[in-house]
Amino acid sequence: MEEKIITEIKEAVSMPRLGEPAPTFEATTTQGVVRLEDFKGGWLILFSHPADFTPVCTTEFMGFAEIHPELKRRGVELLGLSVDSVSSHIAWVRNIEEKMGVKIPFPVIADLDKKVATLYGMIHPGESKTETARCVFVIDPEGILRAMIYYPLTTGRNMQEILRLIDALQTTDKHKVATPANWKPGEAVIVPPPKTQEMAEQRLKEGYECKDWYFCKKKL
Amino acid sequence: MPCINEDGTLTPSARAVLSAISSPITSEEVAKSTGLPLFRIRSSIREMLEAGLVEEKEEKYVATKLGRAKIEG
Repeated sequence: MEEKIITEIKEAVSMPRLGEPAPTFEATTTQGVVRLEDFKGGWLILFSHPADFTPVCTTEFMGFAEIHPELKRRGVELLGLSVDSVSSHIAWVRNIEEKMGVKIPFPVIADLDKKVATLYGMIHPGESKTETARCVFVIDPEGILRAMIYYPLTTGRNMQEILRLIDALQTTDKHKVATPANWKPGEAVIVPPPKTQEMAEQRLKEGYECKDWYFCKKKL
Repeated sequence: MPCINEDGTLTPSARAVLSAISSPITSEEVAKSTGLPLFRIRSSIREMLEAGLVEEKEEKYVATKLGRAKIEG
């Protein structure tokens, strides 16, 4: 029976894909009704957490609140989500402020009907049939889904990695480059590999720091 | 951003937004003048359009007679 339910849920959920327009929605949040299009023109991090009033989620909300000014500086808004009511969200964010001294500045979607969670494939029945996993969706100013992170219920996300991801995406857009493993702002970036033999021969004469024709870096 | 309280008065943030649109203005300009995030301005203006407090004129927004009365009241 349980197997049948999981199969049915699997068939019903959609998974968003990188490089495509992020699924549109209208949702009730702790700051009123918002639509995805309200964020157009700026970057958006849409993220989900399993449930209000749980310890790992509380540490994550405090973490997101901590990096909020840094995200704002980069033109990024935050939008949280879980399958809880607005009243529960309000009570929880008030509790975080009262007990932990941290004000939650971003809106949180009350996705009681799981509409947004289903659109974005946030519910993974193998983990929980009722709670959203720890998902992060980075949506660019044109409304294109640029990155996704999925973490299990037991593991809190790394806020510095989220900032690093935003920096990497914005650097890629601004300079038309890629970023290597463990890249941090200020470090050398990857020059896109040449597409023809002629360009490959040319590449080695262009003054980049090259290990070989396909692997060249440069400082910005 | 629900803009109208149960008693019909404006919420503080709605009052700030409505005060900023006494003459035709874009959402982006309202965000700049109020210091509120653009998504909140768009959400708020949409709600105030539905409530008849704001009207759209050539891609700009301006408070209606009802909207102006709410600010003054």
